[in-house]
Amino acid sequence: MLRALSAAAAVVIAAVGVAFAAAEADHPQDYPFSFDSPVGSYDMASVQRGFQVYNQVCAACHGLDHLSYRNLGEEGGPFAVYRVRDHETGEPTLQVGRPAHGGTFVDVVDNPYVRAIAETAMINDIDPNSGQPVERPGRISDRFRNPFPNEIAARAVNGGAYPPDLTVINLARHGGADYIRSLLIGYDGEVNGTLYHNRYFPGGWIAMPPPLGEGVVPYTDPEVPQTPEQYATDVAHFLQWTADPHMEERKRTGIVVLAFLIVLAGLMYLAYKQVWRGESH
Amino acid sequence: MSGPSTYEPASGFTRWLDKRLPIIRLAHDSFVAYPTPRNLNYWWTFGAMLSLCLVTQIVTGIVLAMHYIPHVDMAFASVQRIERDVPFGWLIQNIHAVGASMFFLAVYIHMFRGLYYGSYKAPREILWILGCIIYLLMVVTGFLGYTLPWGQMSFWGATVITNILGAVPLVGESIQVWIRGGGSIDQPTLNRFFSLHYLLPFVIAGVVALHVWALHEAGQNNPAGVDVKSKADTVPFTPHATIKDLFAVVLFLILFATFVFYMPNALGHADNFIPANPLQTPPEIVPEWYLLPFYAILRAFDFNIGPIDSKLAGVIGMFASIGVLFVLPWIDTSRVRSMRYRPIARQFFLIFVVVCFILGWCGGQNPGLILAKASDFTATLTYVEGGQVVTQPVTAASEAQFDDAAAAAREALTAQGATMTAVTREGATTATATGVIGGTQATRTVSGHTADEMETLIQEVKTEIGAGAAFFSVERRMPYTFTVTTLSQLATFYYFFFFLVLLPLLGLREKPGRVPDTIAKPVLTEQGAA
Repeated sequence: MLRALSAAAAVVIAAVGVAFAAAEADHPQDYPFSFDSPVGSYDMASVQRGFQVYNQVCAACHGLDHLSYRNLGEEGGPFAVYRVRDHETGEPTLQVGRPAHGGTFVDVVDNPYVRAIAETAMINDIDPNSGQPVERPGRISDRFRNPFPNEIAARAVNGGAYPPDLTVINLARHGGADYIRSLLIGYDGEVNGTLYHNRYFPGGWIAMPPPLGEGVVPYTDPEVPQTPEQYATDVAHFLQWTADPHMEERKRTGIVVLAFLIVLAGLMYLAYKQVWRGESH
Repeated sequence: MSGPSTYEPASGFTRWLDKRLPIIRLAHDSFVAYPTPRNLNYWWTFGAMLSLCLVTQIVTGIVLAMHYIPHVDMAFASVQRIERDVPFGWLIQNIHAVGASMFFLAVYIHMFRGLYYGSYKAPREILWILGCIIYLLMVVTGFLGYTLPWGQMSFWGATVITNILGAVPLVGESIQVWIRGGGSIDQPTLNRFFSLHYLLPFVIAGVVALHVWALHEAGQNNPAGVDVKSKADTVPFTPHATIKDLFAVVLFLILFATFVFYMPNALGHADNFIPANPLQTPPEIVPEWYLLPFYAILRAFDFNIGPIDSKLAGVIGMFASIGVLFVLPWIDTSRVRSMRYRPIARQFFLIFVVVCFILGWCGGQNPGLILAKASDFTATLTYVEGGQVVTQPVTAASEAQFDDAAAAAREALTAQGATMTAVTREGATTATATGVIGGTQATRTVSGHTADEMETLIQEVKTEIGAGAAFFSVERRMPYTFTVTTLSQLATFYYFFFFLVLLPLLGLREKPGRVPDTIAKPVLTEQGAA
């Protein structure tokens, strides 16, 4: 009887799945991101390009409120710098990204790239001498510059729509990075007033105009295509990092913890067998 | 149960201490010499896991409280700061969040075990009731904790739960305001929820101490459900039970760690990564998975029962579903503890477990979701194309006579040769009757899978014909539908039927299987079976 019940349940669940798919927006395209698997890590080149796309396109409307510039250069960040010794000259040089072997992490305070990135942003502050509001170049300890002073201002210039903060957007949407990537390339050109049709957006009509065009962000690497698909992939990758900056450390630690626990379980089992040997139970 | 103490202090210091504070004696008698039935299976190892969960939640929670800020504008950001900037904050926060789920997973297995093996029956009624109190406190603590990150689901979950308290007659609204600290969920709510979320785990720890005390007084139940009769039936707690518990705990930790390190957000809801917004209701409001069965019971009552409206009925049903556990020792009339020897009750118990899963599933779905229907939703639109439109005002002497006046007006139009008439009501006693003279009558039929889809199709037909027809007469045919709510109602019915009818009656009618005389006897005859 239980088997009959579970079979019936399976049929019901399958039918429900179909019903859902019909009513909702298109299912996001499944893209093979490097971080998908349990041991997968970030493709830092893609995260760096994604940061570039964010900085030149998304940052016009969207904030990254929970992120500071220094986070970019911390261990596990896309602009983390390592000091490596040149094989031939023996001279120490700085290298972005974890080297295959050797190399020591350079504290973010001494990271020239992160400092340069922070300095390009103008941050609202209070002048320490006059007490008047001023704009000054960013420091690495600053939070990412928010394009709008508050939500009202953001809505006012976006036709009433509020561009959400992007720091944890990949966790805040069903489908995560796949959804964000699909959404960015899901426009079909249909426009209705200030709304744009997007087949991945629940309800179909989104206030955000298509943000990515062919070649809008110049990549330095000539190997990487400058297409909306590539931009969308890179920025979704970057936003996965902003949402989950400790993922690589988490997965690395997990392997050690699980290996330890499995060995411990084996020992416990042997101890258990030893203790109960000769006891009927 | 434990009998006289067998502890003998070995050193001068322990002899000195034993005369003044026999704490080592207490520990020795409780966790070393304590006799445990030798036939306990792995279902009995969940108590150890639960102790571990409680300690883990308290320790990680205390650390999190050092960094968390209970302020409506800062709570969400402070959790993000813990995840990002606090050393190993990501680990501690994940352990705490996943730990809550693991705690409930273990407690549910622990409770199902108690139900199956009749661990609530004499002399363990108080032990069982203390367990129910712990569970209730866990539910409250879990709910309070889910509010603290101040995401959309935190905010709206708290709104829904405090709203349902408003359904209580007379005092409901006062209780609601008292709990919220105001008219709506806001800063005072967050502050008190944080305070209580910090307090309740220690209350739980206190009740756990009583639970363990009661356990050690009555002694453990066992899979055979027969009492311990002699020393041959038991083994000392340490090392026998200790090592088995430790082995099971490590297996449990493997599952725990898999979630913490590889699926930390799998058990949560994506909407809780959106900061709370009192002005925007999320498309669906669902509690954490471990409360879904009760949420389904709450929503199953979509009908009024006499003077009790559906909202209050749902609240009563939800509380009764936990309340019934408290009186279970007295409503189960069977004197046989273990369902191993209750062939009929066993079948119904297995169905009960399935029903609990069904309730959990229902709690996470849209209640109006149609699972099965007799036929499609169909509608027939009748209209007249072309023809001449005539109108006539309708005025009735009183509201009661309106129908007569409308009918008279339609008749008058028909008498003028109208092929179709309609009355549009404008006030209590006034309306306009419209009729079409001449033209050709036509019908269109549409069918859809849902009522919404049918309405869309009706609109499409109306738009398509447009001004070609003066008006439409729409006849909608709603098929019988089997929705998630219907399923929850059936499951809720079985939930209460199992406790309130099956268990009392089966105990009187069922012929149990042969129960062994002692624990040791079947153990010796079924060597190696366990």
